Formats: sequence, structure tokens, C-alpha cells
Amino acid sequence: MTEHLVVDAARRLVAEHPPASTPTEEFLGARFDAGLAWVHFPRGLGGLGVAPGLQGAADAVVEAAGGPNPFDLNPMGYGMAAPTVLAHGSPALHERLLRPLYTCEEIWCQLFSEPGAGSDLAGLATRAVRDGDGWRATGQKVWTSKAHEARWALLLARTDPDVPKHKGLTYFVLDMRDPGVEVRPLRQLTGDAEFNEVWLRDARLDDAWRLGDVGAGWKVAMTTLMNERTAIGGGSIERGSGSIGDALALWRSQPDPGLRDRIVTLFARADALRLTGMRHAAERGDGPAGPMGSLGKLVGAELNQAVYELCVDLLGTAGTRHPGYDGDPATHDTLTWKFLRSRANTIEGGTAEVLRGILAERVLGLPGDIRVDKDTPWREVPRG
Amino acid sequence: MADLLRETVRAAAEDGADWRALGEQLGVLGLAVPERWGGSGAGLGEAAVVAEELGAVLASVPFVSTVVAARLLVESGDDAACADLLPGLCDGSRTFAVASLPTGVDRPAGTAEGVVDGPGATDLLVLAGDGLFHVDGAAAEVVPVPTLDLTRPQADITFAETPARRLGPAAPATDVAVTLLAAELVGVARTMLDTAVTYARERVQFGRPIGSFQAVKHRCADMLVELELARSVAEHAARTHDHGGDDPALASSLAHVVATDAARRVTGDAIQVLGGVGITWEHPAHRYYKRAVTSAALWGGRAHRDRLAKLAIDGNDGRSSHAG
Repeated sequence: MTEHLVVDAARRLVAEHPPASTPTEEFLGARFDAGLAWVHFPRGLGGLGVAPGLQGAADAVVEAAGGPNPFDLNPMGYGMAAPTVLAHGSPALHERLLRPLYTCEEIWCQLFSEPGAGSDLAGLATRAVRDGDGWRATGQKVWTSKAHEARWALLLARTDPDVPKHKGLTYFVLDMRDPGVEVRPLRQLTGDAEFNEVWLRDARLDDAWRLGDVGAGWKVAMTTLMNERTAIGGGSIERGSGSIGDALALWRSQPDPGLRDRIVTLFARADALRLTGMRHAAERGDGPAGPMGSLGKLVGAELNQAVYELCVDLLGTAGTRHPGYDGDPATHDTLTWKFLRSRANTIEGGTAEVLRGILAERVLGLPGDIRVDKDTPWREVPRG
Repeated sequence: MADLLRETVRAAAEDGADWRALGEQLGVLGLAVPERWGGSGAGLGEAAVVAEELGAVLASVPFVSTVVAARLLVESGDDAACADLLPGLCDGSRTFAVASLPTGVDRPAGTAEGVVDGPGATDLLVLAGDGLFHVDGAAAEVVPVPTLDLTRPQADITFAETPARRLGPAAPATDVAVTLLAAELVGVARTMLDTAVTYARERVQFGRPIGSFQAVKHRCADMLVELELARSVAEHAARTHDHGGDDPALASSLAHVVATDAARRVTGDAIQVLGGVGITWEHPAHRYYKRAVTSAALWGGRAHRDRLAKLAIDGNDGRSSHAG
């Protein structure tokens, strides 16, 4: 199928279901049924079975018509759960899960990180044990966005503690309505609670809702994480947009000759990053997201911090005035809130250190870190 | 086309092809010269590929000056001069340097300082006042100037009653020069990253390759980041000159700012990864470092930062500003 057929289908969609007068769920449902949700998925599952590079053509038509973006409403579902469920779930799960995920009637969250397993995700301790024809999960997860409104969760749990850490993990879809699930908001240094802690106490898992084989959870999780980093590192294509745009606007209203060299350096770096994102996307074509995707995320995160540090310096004493820490969304437009929020950028979605390791090992081919736990049964690895 | 060109030039550069071979056998000196004057009618994008490969082996050849000179000649509108000079430029029998005289001089007179590729140039193009002039290299007083860089000669050139031929109005040469310079520095940084990574894989200390230590591997990752950013701005500048899509002045200054910073950092970091070997005369790393540092000061140097600010940051009418 060629691009114009995708474009024609998208035009038909927005003509028959005008976004302005169609409820979000209904519009997204129609888009799913038209095969324009993710065009590279099979027909009947929101796709047309065509090259993923054609997605942009459909997105452009819908965006121009003012259609809703499911990524904004259901980021974990759209960005991570959908590709993982498609790649590793049964046909019955495809039928049950993908459409309401896309229409955002069912929000998703991701239960990966734990207090004792951040960068070393494979060392996680949440246990899932057999219970009749299903499983029971017990443990504590953290940094879970959308947990309080999620219908389903992507859960990575340890099913065999007697083998090395990567080999004893299994991947499940968890029903967040299970009575064994407790969600508590986690307040960050901004004062907001974007994330949650989630406690599992004998939460019930259906074996038919397992994604991939028992013990193959790490491989399945890689599908999810590769899609996460590409989603975060995607970058904008408009010069002077994003964080550097905030600095430019501030600079134009109150320039400071003493800080000029810094804004030149940051502007140049932001524009070089923008051009790099476009270049890498063109070079990748329809190919899969590779380790080079970590570069955009790494540079963008550190750039955000430097840009908002500059903004605070430009503001002088006014740069320390802050409306409050009560989590009011109105504060999110302030430079001080963005300044504080940027501290998380080099930690969330892969720390800067982990990303440098990926670039060094997987792009440059440097040897791996010293790993003392690689061949040791998980049960015997020290944890703290 | 670009891939084949790159492979051809890379093989020739690594074999140490000399200037005449680049001109006569490979035909890459006249890439951006129209065919009727002995060139191949390609663009700066192709010339930038050549510049990168020559930078990668630190070739001591006046390629950047040659492409700038060709551009000035073609744009002068002096067809007789083009017919006279360009065939020799393309086949490598002539070598060019471009000299800019201080403001206030309207013909070749006085001294142009630090003329890149000045020593040994058979032909000089001189930007003086509002005019572009051609001077026979042998007719001027050319005094080589030692610089940090051992691989790109410079000279102070003095004109005293020197015969000169006016070719046309002066045209800005800086943007083309820094676009090629940025491409060349991508090559410089690329080689030093490769060198550092190879060494970090092979050098064993504490019973392990040093590249397995995060302090070393993270430095290498940062070098990769710098190289990737530099490549993006360099390619963007060349593409902008050839095909539009952005302000050539902005794209050129952006390329200079990012690529010179990147090259200096990558070459300096390579010396650090190489350790003691990196600070010996014998290892080529210092030559790359010195090329990067010296290049950063050429064709406008840090004035490109100010120009970038005026064009893209200050948000007023800075478009009349010129670098260097």
C-alpha cells in the first residue's frame, strides 16, 4: 500500500468523524477500526499491515484536523504496552486489550522499577509464585505513572530466584482492580505527585495473561524499554522549541551580557541536537529503534537542566521566587517548576550513566562493565 | 554517489595521495566547479565529503582554500579569469590561497596576516575593499608563520606595488570556508574517536581492558555525542548552501560553533584516553589536537558565536552582521 492510500483513509476518517464534534473515545475507536492507529499492526488490530514509516502520513492528517493524540492520554499504553502485547501476547489478548487501550477507555501503567532495582532493573525482587492455574504476586514497585487511574499494568516479576537474575523473570499483565493491589502517591521535589508506589500482596495473575514464556520476561521487557527511550528521545523538529524556547523568550525580554556565551552554547547545542534527531530518523528509515536512540535522550536531558539553570540565573533574585509546592498544575508553567522538574530528566527512562554505558558498549563496542552477579543465582546476590 | 565518492577519497587519502592525484586522477578539486571550466558541477555537499576524509587523515593540502577560491572565481563573473585559472585549479597544477586585507585598503597593498595555505600558493585571491583581485603568488612577499598546527601552513603576505588584476566585487568567503572546515573537523574528530576506542579496547590495566571502566567508557560516549552533533551541523550547513531551507549565514556559524567545540573536546579527550602514549611526539594525537585548536580560530573564530547570537538568539535585526 502506498502513502496516498494511507492519506486517503485518514482523510475519510476525519471527514466521517469530525474531531471537533466527535467524542474522543468514539473518534479513536473509528481510527482503530480504520487501521490507522498504528499502520504497521495487522488488519483488525488497529493497523493495515504496512511499513511503520507510513504512520507519519496518517498522523499528519489527523493532527491537522485537530484529532486527539492517544499518547498524551495513555502514554504507557500507547507507547509501551501496545507494542509489547502485540509482540508477545496471545491472539485472545490482542482482541481483548488493544482496542480499549487505543481508545483510552483503559489506561495502562508499568510496574518495573522497585526501591531496590532502579538501573539494575533485572535485580528486581517482586515474586510471583504458582497458585493453581494462575500466580500470586507480592512486592513493592515505584515510579509508576498513572497507577491510580490504570485499568491494567505491565508487570515484571521474579518467578525463579535460583537462577541468575536475567533468567528468572516473567512478564504479566496485571489487573489493577485486584484487591491485592494498593496504590500510594509519591511526592517529588517539585511538590507534585506524578508517580506512585504500588504494593502487591498476593495479587492474582492469570496465566493466560502472561506475555512470553516463563523465564523470558527480560527479553519481553526489552521490547517495552526500547520503545520507551525512543518515545522520550524523539525530539521536536522546530528550531527554538522546547526548553531552549523558554530561554530564548526570557533572554529577549531581559538579556544579560555576562551570560551571553552560555546561551550561545546552549542554543547551538539544542539546534545541533534537533538536526541530529532528524538525521538519525532519516538514516534509520523504517528500521527498529537502535542503541543510538539513547543519544537524543541523554543530550536532551542534560540540555534541559543546563537551559533551566541559565533561566534561573537570568532571573536573578526573581529566579528564586516560586508560587508553592502544593502540586497545583498552574505552577507547571513557571520557569522555577521546570527548573526543578528537569532534575528528573537525567534519571527517568534510563539514567545518564546507563545511557552512556549503552552508547559506549553497543555503539562503540567497548567491553562491558565488571559484573559480579552475572552468573550467580539471584538469591545469592547481595542487595541493599 | 556520495558513498562512492567517500570510499574513493578515503582509500586515496589513506594511501597518502598527493595534490596532483586528487586533481588529475580523482577529480575532486573541481567538484564544485562548473564542467565548462574543468570541474564536475557538483555542490558543497560533495566537497564536504572530501573535506571530511582529508581531515580524517590530517592531509596537509590546501583543499578548503581551493574550494573557496573556486567559489569566488565563479561568482566574480569574470569568465576570462575563470577560463584562465579554473582548469589549473581543478587539475591541481595551481594552488590557491585567499587573503583578506584590513578595511580601508581598496586594492592589494599592505600585509594580510595569517593567510591560510599561503606558503607555496601559486595564485592568490585578495579581498580588498569592495573588490576581488588576482595576484601571482610569486609576485607577493610570502613569509610563512609558524602556528600550533603543523599540518596547515599560514603566511603573512605583503603586497607592495604588486601587479593585481581586479576580477569583480568582493564576495563573502567565510561561510563556504567554515562549512568545509566543519566537515573537515568531523573527520578529525572521527579519527580520534576511533583511535581512542581502539586503544581502550586493547589497553589492559588492573587485569582488564581500560574501556570496561566507566570513567573511560563514559568519556568515549561523550566523544561520540560531540562527533554526532558536529556531523549534523556540518551536513546541515553544506545542504543549506546547496539546496536552501535555512539561512546560510546562520547554518554556517552554527556549524563553526558546534564543530570547533566538538573537535577540540574529542581530540583533547582522545589524548586523555591514550594516557602517556597520547602526550608523546611519536603518536599522531597531538597533531589532531593542534589542528582542532588552530582551526577554531580561523575564518572568523569566536566571532561566529556573536554572529549566531545576532541571527538566532537576540531576536532583533542582526542580519547585517558579518563574522571575521
